[in-house]
Amino acid sequence: MTITATTVALDSVVEAGDGALVSVPAGGRLRIVDLHGNQAVDTLFYDAHDIDNRYSAFDTIREQRAVFLTTGSRLISTRLDELAVITDDTCGRHDTVGGACSQESNVIRYGEFTRHQHACRQTFLRYGAEAGIGQRQLTHNINFFMNVPVTSTGGLTFEDGLSAPGKYVEVTASRDLFALISNCPQVNNPCNGWDPTPIQLLGWW
Amino acid sequence: MNHEIPGDAAWSVPVRAGRTVTLTALADGANATVLIIGADRLDRLNIPDTLKSQMSARIKPGMVLMSDRGLALATVLASTLDWHDGLTGALPDRLLLLELTKHGFGEADLHGCINFFSKVAVADDPRASLAYIPYHAHAGDTVTLRADQDLLIFVSTAPHALSDGPAAGVAVQLESPAHVEDPVLREEAVRALRLTRELIA
Repeated sequence: MTITATTVALDSVVEAGDGALVSVPAGGRLRIVDLHGNQAVDTLFYDAHDIDNRYSAFDTIREQRAVFLTTGSRLISTRLDELAVITDDTCGRHDTVGGACSQESNVIRYGEFTRHQHACRQTFLRYGAEAGIGQRQLTHNINFFMNVPVTSTGGLTFEDGLSAPGKYVEVTASRDLFALISNCPQVNNPCNGWDPTPIQLLGWW
Repeated sequence: MNHEIPGDAAWSVPVRAGRTVTLTALADGANATVLIIGADRLDRLNIPDTLKSQMSARIKPGMVLMSDRGLALATVLASTLDWHDGLTGALPDRLLLLELTKHGFGEADLHGCINFFSKVAVADDPRASLAYIPYHAHAGDTVTLRADQDLLIFVSTAPHALSDGPAAGVAVQLESPAHVEDPVLREEAVRALRLTRELIA
């Protein structure tokens, strides 16, 4: 067994409604901590050397034959490469069907008064730009800590989170990655407990 | 017009706003993987927004297929099946990618798709486990969409990624009805249709 020295390469707080673009090298571990509980963390992964090889929610769901993500879930790309694996999870399950909020979808779901509320798509586009990630490169994300039950009769709802203060999820990169993160600002449904809060990012590589 | 796509093939067709598209399974176990791109050739089908705004884990009649930017792309007017798969995507598909390339698109546009005629059942267990249902569709099953703005529709007839059955053909029929009444829709879908008609349709 080879023991590779790792150091804490990243330790930062992402405020409610803000985001981050993090480069995670192959083998690196990225931990997302839900500091105050019930906070959805919208996350996308891209092959750092070819952003068209990006996380695919539906390929990931199909390959694991299950909708929810948890420890052991392999995060699969559009080319069926393994981008990362969830290697630790104290929350229990995470959504990848619910997508991200946008100003436009907020209008459809909640009404015209939400038109100018901040939304995850804004954050993705802002922080993705420096890696060349624009509208065409945005895809369907993971919502860490978010609870979106689906049922055998084909129902789907957004419900109160299963998370709690200090719960975390950790992914280990299978190749060099960009992690594009939006700490969700949504205030119109229970995905953030109606009150978005900060998260902590920890990285070891 | 009427076109029969053989099994294991891909095709694309422009569909003007107001026209209807009817897909018909030509054999048992057919699958039609569909991508939809909107009138501005950038906005496109967004499966999560479609599902969450209508509180459904499946595509069924009486749903509006919504775009990344909150507009109505198409309305599912009718189907002989009440469950079409929107959760399990498609394998990398060389012919579908070629079809996208013909219109100036590329790999970045291989976005979440609908697998019409296929069902992947969800279990009420802690992981929401999935099980592919073989031969969910039979020859003659149909689904009819109405374009709610000018669309480009891409169809692949490769078997569903979880199927070990043979590929089957799918017929595509385009019609230009004078007017189509909206089916019964959730208020979110009505809002998407109203905005689309106000802005671009």
